[in-house]
Amino acid sequence: MATIILLAPLIGALICGFGWRLIGEKAGQVIATSFIFLAAALSWWIFLTFDGETQRIVLMRWIESGTMGSEWGIRLDRLTAIMLVVVNSVSALVHLYSFGYMAHDDNWHEGEHYKARFFAYLSFFTFSMLMLVTSDNLVQMFFGWEGVGVASYLLIGFYYRKPSANAAAIKAFVVNRVGDFGFALGIFALFYLTDSIRFDDVFAAAPALADTNLRFLWADWNAANLIAVLLFIGAMGKSAQLFLHTWLPDAMEGPTPVSALIHAATMVTAGVFLVCRMSPVMEYAPEAMTFVTVLGATTAFVAATIGLVQNDIKRVIAYSTMSQLGYMFVAAGVGVYSVAMFHLFTHAFFKAMLFLGAGSVIHATHHEQDMRNYGGLRKKIPYTFWAMMIGTLAITGVGIPLTHYGFAGFLSKDAVIESAFVGSQYAFWLLVVAACFTSFYSWRLMFMTFYGTSRATGHGHGHDAHGHHDHHHEPHESPLVMLIPLGVLALGAVFSGMLWYKVFFGDETAVRNWFGMESSAAHGEVDQSHDAAEGEAAATDTHGGTGADAATDTAHAAPVAGVAPKGAIFMHPDNTVLHDAHYVPVWVRLSPFIAMLIGLFTAWLFYIRRPDLPGRLAAQHRPLYLFLLNKWYFDELYDWVIVRPAKWLGNFLWKRGDGDVIDGSLNGVAMGIIPFFTRLAGRAQSGYLFHYAFAMVLGIVILVTWMTLFGGAK
Amino acid sequence: MENQLLSIITFLPLVAAIILALFMRGDDAAARQGAKWLALFTTSATFLISLFVLLRFDPSNTGFQFVEDRQWIMGLSYKMGVDGISILFVMLTTFLMPITIYSCWNVETRVKEYMIAFLVLETLMLGVFCALDLVLFYLFFEAGLIPMFLIIGIWGGKDRIYAAFKFFLYTFLGSVLMLVAMIAMYFDAGTTDIVDLLVHDFGSETFSLLGVQVVGGLQTMLFLAFFASFAVKMPMWPVHTWLPDAHVQAPTAGSVVLAAILLKMGGYGFLRFSLPMFPVGSDVMAPLVLWMSAIAIVYTSLVALAQTDMKKLIAYSSVAHMGYVTMGIFAANQQGIDGAIFQMLSHGFISGALFLCVGVIYDRMHTRDIDAYGGLVTRMPAYALVFMFFTMANVGLPGTSGFVGEFLTLMGIFQVNTWVAAVATSGVILSASYALWLYRRVVFGDLIKEALRSITDMDRRERIIFAPLIAMTLILGVYPSLVTDIIGPSVTALVSDYNAALPADGAQLALH
Repeated sequence: MATIILLAPLIGALICGFGWRLIGEKAGQVIATSFIFLAAALSWWIFLTFDGETQRIVLMRWIESGTMGSEWGIRLDRLTAIMLVVVNSVSALVHLYSFGYMAHDDNWHEGEHYKARFFAYLSFFTFSMLMLVTSDNLVQMFFGWEGVGVASYLLIGFYYRKPSANAAAIKAFVVNRVGDFGFALGIFALFYLTDSIRFDDVFAAAPALADTNLRFLWADWNAANLIAVLLFIGAMGKSAQLFLHTWLPDAMEGPTPVSALIHAATMVTAGVFLVCRMSPVMEYAPEAMTFVTVLGATTAFVAATIGLVQNDIKRVIAYSTMSQLGYMFVAAGVGVYSVAMFHLFTHAFFKAMLFLGAGSVIHATHHEQDMRNYGGLRKKIPYTFWAMMIGTLAITGVGIPLTHYGFAGFLSKDAVIESAFVGSQYAFWLLVVAACFTSFYSWRLMFMTFYGTSRATGHGHGHDAHGHHDHHHEPHESPLVMLIPLGVLALGAVFSGMLWYKVFFGDETAVRNWFGMESSAAHGEVDQSHDAAEGEAAATDTHGGTGADAATDTAHAAPVAGVAPKGAIFMHPDNTVLHDAHYVPVWVRLSPFIAMLIGLFTAWLFYIRRPDLPGRLAAQHRPLYLFLLNKWYFDELYDWVIVRPAKWLGNFLWKRGDGDVIDGSLNGVAMGIIPFFTRLAGRAQSGYLFHYAFAMVLGIVILVTWMTLFGGAK
Repeated sequence: MENQLLSIITFLPLVAAIILALFMRGDDAAARQGAKWLALFTTSATFLISLFVLLRFDPSNTGFQFVEDRQWIMGLSYKMGVDGISILFVMLTTFLMPITIYSCWNVETRVKEYMIAFLVLETLMLGVFCALDLVLFYLFFEAGLIPMFLIIGIWGGKDRIYAAFKFFLYTFLGSVLMLVAMIAMYFDAGTTDIVDLLVHDFGSETFSLLGVQVVGGLQTMLFLAFFASFAVKMPMWPVHTWLPDAHVQAPTAGSVVLAAILLKMGGYGFLRFSLPMFPVGSDVMAPLVLWMSAIAIVYTSLVALAQTDMKKLIAYSSVAHMGYVTMGIFAANQQGIDGAIFQMLSHGFISGALFLCVGVIYDRMHTRDIDAYGGLVTRMPAYALVFMFFTMANVGLPGTSGFVGEFLTLMGIFQVNTWVAAVATSGVILSASYALWLYRRVVFGDLIKEALRSITDMDRRERIIFAPLIAMTLILGVYPSLVTDIIGPSVTALVSDYNAALPADGAQLALH
């Protein structure tokens, strides 16, 4: 069944991408979409019935060389099951949504076919993403990792006539490659030390890595920490963490369904997935994990500050995504992988919904993306408004404080923040402030878009202004194929937090069972005694295990060297953050809620009550405003420090290095000879083949003679 | 019969060339067509026979197979044979030649001679990979220069003479030292039989030459002499500058053969001679070679960024990719050498295809200037797809053969020297930059240039040319065991012999 899930999108992509000329564009789209729906249905089935026991399916041999072996295969455990659901559900809905969104597109001329290509790319992306999450070794993961990169490149640059889209596509690919650079080195280091790149072998060797030193570049490093950091560099690229984040906002050049699928719900979370997947190694790399935590928290904060002042609706959501990814990394960094996955899970629903909602707004306003030209859309596109409202309630974390009832983001974000409080004070405070900012920019988006009076200029602007002169700019509600996905995602945004709170965070025993880990310290020594019933029980929220306070005070369940720990994620017996996070002070549990209220109030004050305030504030603090508006000047900095010098160096090496130094010196001797030869050849040039044949034969004769005389004669 | 298979493969193209030269008269359309068909037929037949050889080849046997050994003129012996390392180079050559011939279907100047040149070239290239005698090897190795020199010099571009002579001088001067070394080897071992030389123990005691301590002794000297020749052929930084010039001036088919096959002779030479015959010398010089490789990858990738000529860009990219090869070979472990061989084969398909891609639009627009293009995707969707595929393969996308070679060589080098590994790995960032930027400027964007408005997409012939290349790139990318199963045992033997030959304490120049 997992095999069908994996291959269905690929087949759909191939049929749609290559077969549409035969079967028609519409048929291609329908086939691609139905294959994804099939995969999504099967994924849910697996997700709900999965028993926590890791399964493996080997499909085919792949790269083998000496002791290095790898297969095309499927590893099915709780992490995979979660990702299958996330990827396929969002992908299926985005496919459906795209029927409406892509129906008419002013970027294309009359009679140009682009829809089948778009759907084929989407399906190909889904396939790559599935390869990433189902892999049982690091190389297949790298395949998926780069595959989604290519799909992302193709989709960001989908409007290939636009220079900005092309530039954004290349930027996305190249910046991701910087991350891949680290990822690849991490894989090499793992192979060097463990002689394998299969997860189980690597996990089994993880405790030993912690005691190993590796000479890398200029120094000796603790192997576990080094590998964890190298792999995390890969995650930074894919998940747009600080320093490697600059591609994500630009990626908004792609069509909006792409932003929802790739740059919000799935691909960008691959980095979080990687860290969780490698948890058995990460757990032995405390310094690396501190790095992850600090960088995640900083990213969450920086992205939120930039989001405060952006005017492009998609960019606001893009920075919001980046910020939320930072939350996930904090959770993973402090060692509560299940919470990272929890936030990944809920975030996929509400963020996909926000993006699709934004797409609906953009669709309704004829490709207007500047929020300053919106206003008062609430009445005109009511369904979209309500969808966006639910998404906003979810992302800002609205719920009933101190209970477990609330929108999805309320539960998962609070879980992250409570874990952060236990794990890192730095992260905790930054995340609380970021939560306040999140609330502000989310409500700002809502208020600017849907409330007040219309600020539409009556003129389309930008690239697609032409051809619109005859249209009336009356916003219109989107078709049903676009609203249905919004409705389904709304269900997720409302309920996904409450339904799965317990197994991701709420009940420690349930969490352990659900992820197939040793259910308690007492069970630590009994390796094989894990039956399906326990997993089932966990999934249905009954108390399964015996020792509820697992791993609280005992450390004797350290994994036996040479055996990979059971379960999809691994938490070191010393790691008690998950446990302690349930006993944080009340003010900590209230803090995100209060932060949310502050953000809401400020946004209300700024954009409903006193609309003149933002302008005045921006004028008063102009340097700060510009600093944020220009995204902390990362792009400019990179351009000056990296891009320009690289180009200059390339040119320099070419003209000076190749031209003057190498050719100059090596040809120096020959330069006297070449003109002579040139003249000679010029004469020969005018001759017939006879001359050349003669020259050829002569050459051979000379060589043979030479050899006979001086070389080979016996 | 079986023992003569290699000779048949090798000389079949030469026979066809002789037939063409002697019996084909006239220069009318029919004669031209006839010459092309004969060449295509011969190269295809060669490929089919070599396929038969491949099927009969036993990978578990790490020795030479299909060996033919007979006396030749003047006391020289004629010995041919293949092992796990060379057989796939033979296959690469026979596989690519029909495609190359078919790609120059539109050439109308001196067709007969053009075909003769390629047929002779094929014989000489196959001879290099099959020869098991030093003299024979040298003969094929050097003679291969001549047809290529003519292909560039006659059918090339504007500055073809300069390029042809630069090509000739670089590679030929490199070989003179190799010749001296071969003579020295003969005096030391008393034989020119490669099989015997492989087990001969060349002296490795440090001696002093003109006051300089030569670590590794005779082996180091011999290594350096061979290195001079192979490094130019590869080409390695800093003796690579002949390649971009040669590529730019060469006709499309010439570029394909040059990039896809001729460059592999250097890598093959390292594997056949340097590593197994002079292990101590190799070990002594390895750090230097590794650093040259790493610098090549970064340096030429940066230079590629600055190019305005499509062919030059791809040529520099070739040098960078050959950097992975030399790096893998001198990592001298299973992953490194497996990866190096894989990279050479894969580069044969990918770079060949990329030069063909340039050829497709060059045939239409007669310019290689990147700025003359833009927005081709509108008029040439099939071309855009093919070019995208090979661009991605060139940047080493997993799932294409380009990835396997890069990945394995880097994995191999990481175990030896992490500095080199880190520098070389940064090549994946740069390669993505120049390759995608090239693609963006040529294919994407709006089609606004007047001259391009009526450009036509690939015709049936061009699609047929690319089909087998795409197939191989994908198949080897998804199921690389096809290659590694064949080369694996031979490489394992090579690596273990190599390690056994090294002194326990290691006389390495510690650069890392």
